[in-house]
Amino acid sequence: MNLQYLLKRVGLFLLTIWVASTLNFLIPRLSPGDPVGAILGAMQAQGATIANSAEIIEAFRARFGLDEPVYVQYVKYLWSLAHLDLGYSIAHFPSTVTDIISNSIPYTLGLLSVTTVLTFVIGIFAGALLVWQATPRAAKTLITIFLMLAPVPYYLLAMILVFFFSFTLGIFPNSGITSPGRIPGEGFDINYFLDIVYHSILPALSIMIAGIGGWVLGMRGMMVTVLGEDYLTLAEAKGLKNRRIFLRYALRNAMLPQFTALAITLGYVVSGSVIVELLFSFPGMGYQLFRAISSNDFPVIQGITFFLVLSIATAILGIDLIYPLLDPRITYNRK
Amino acid sequence: MAATTATSTETVEVEPKPQGRISGIIRYWLGNWKLSLGTGMIVVLLGFSVIGSLQTDFKKTRVGSSPFSVPPSAEYPLGTDNVGRDMYALMVHGIHPSLKIGLIAGILGTVIGTVLGLVAGYSGGLVDTVISTFADIVLTIPSLMILVVLASYLRSTTIELTAIIIAVFAWAGPTRLIRSQALSLRERPFVPLAKLSGQGDFEIAIRQILPNLLPYIMAGFVGSVSGAILASVGIQLLGLGPLLTPNLGMVLNSAFTGAALFRGMWWWWGPPAVALIVLFVGLFLISIALDEFANPRLRGEAK
Repeated sequence: MNLQYLLKRVGLFLLTIWVASTLNFLIPRLSPGDPVGAILGAMQAQGATIANSAEIIEAFRARFGLDEPVYVQYVKYLWSLAHLDLGYSIAHFPSTVTDIISNSIPYTLGLLSVTTVLTFVIGIFAGALLVWQATPRAAKTLITIFLMLAPVPYYLLAMILVFFFSFTLGIFPNSGITSPGRIPGEGFDINYFLDIVYHSILPALSIMIAGIGGWVLGMRGMMVTVLGEDYLTLAEAKGLKNRRIFLRYALRNAMLPQFTALAITLGYVVSGSVIVELLFSFPGMGYQLFRAISSNDFPVIQGITFFLVLSIATAILGIDLIYPLLDPRITYNRK
Repeated sequence: MAATTATSTETVEVEPKPQGRISGIIRYWLGNWKLSLGTGMIVVLLGFSVIGSLQTDFKKTRVGSSPFSVPPSAEYPLGTDNVGRDMYALMVHGIHPSLKIGLIAGILGTVIGTVLGLVAGYSGGLVDTVISTFADIVLTIPSLMILVVLASYLRSTTIELTAIIIAVFAWAGPTRLIRSQALSLRERPFVPLAKLSGQGDFEIAIRQILPNLLPYIMAGFVGSVSGAILASVGIQLLGLGPLLTPNLGMVLNSAFTGAALFRGMWWWWGPPAVALIVLFVGLFLISIALDEFANPRLRGEAK
């Protein structure tokens, strides 16, 4: 049974990757215009004079394998994807798409992992406290305000935060990752690192404030159900401390289903953070994606989108495989 | 005289069912603050846009029709942007196209999702496996990413085309939602009863299951509308999508690229931001209320 669940999940993971990469392959070929034409157009837009365009087109077609039948192109494409060979950037020619991604990934990964974990933990606690009777009224009001912020998109919160904290008060920087002209010292430079953290606070806050409400909402629903369970009445009757009942009995049971919700919302979080990065010129993958879009750099656009799909699918696979270990009520073969 | 009173009392006695139901719905609507506040917010926003766009010349949304970067004044109630477009005109002419994207994508996504979810949940077996696997895949792939790739190849898009592109990914959520409800409804006693009384599978799905799914379909629809508007503004901020027709995403994009935030031009980025917040909070309140209506025991549990 365990093996069957594992195979099913891994199968879904591979199918997802395959569908996403096939879409990436098909869209350029189905859309009007030729990728080579787009490349030449991009070169012309940047002021390059193209004298022997017929030869260049032929050379490009051969270089990208566009003179071969579509199915050969498709197989070659999948083969190079499997080796994480995503081709070359057009706008920054000698560098490969993989270079661009690996240079920007630490920023995105750092920002997203910290904010996702913090948002999840704060949201879970806040949602549980909202339903818990002993919670002070002031805390409940504060949590309700966060609940109302749940539908506000990341990018609008980012704009509002920049307006108040950066433009009006001038407390936080509004863009970039370090102060201008700052170079890291020898070895591990703690001040350089702190500068990065300082520049990441506003982007992180906009992702977190927008995200907490969603978890509060989901957690509130689960807590209501758990609070009606018999084991809570029993725990009270046993005379257990309120704190212990809250943490060990109510919160612990209500938070488990939230892990599956984490898998579902991950794509949304990543999409949102892409735009937050853009607003803050935060040099992660979202910002690179924006730069690639503005310079018609199709290989980079597709490489980054493919990579983001790959990471989300991997994270979901991870959560799906870990979840049954956390919650014994879920058997591997169900669902 | 006597005859007319008799017939009138009779009609009152015959009619009360539909009348009672409609007034019941209205009473529920008004009694539920989330539902009435949410609808109120959307209605006010739409009213502002429709009434305003009838009175405001569309030409004022063109570049250079007004002086550049003027703060709000009597002549320009919301000021102008850096290329001389009247912000008030942009807002009144731009809100309803944004809603239109949401409505087209929401309707398409909900209809496709309802049909697929109903078929998957009611028939089960291989059909169910295929449909729900595909829905899972589409849910995993962040639609914004594929939209970016699509939109980067179709540079000059219209409102309608953007809505259709978004709808390609908007069906998966409703499919999952409707499927899980259809699965549980299939096990209810009224289904074998209908079968015994000679109704076919198709008839049962349409006449027995579908009406019970209505609150879920509505909740799914509201969610799709807000998701579609969110996605459209997102791709517009990245510089893609319909940037020629006035709409909220386009105004927000030009405010962002024009550095409105750092030039202190709050009247440029503020109005589209406020309109979007009103829109999203309004839709959110409606969807929470519909969720609670569909699922009173769970009291507004998300999804």
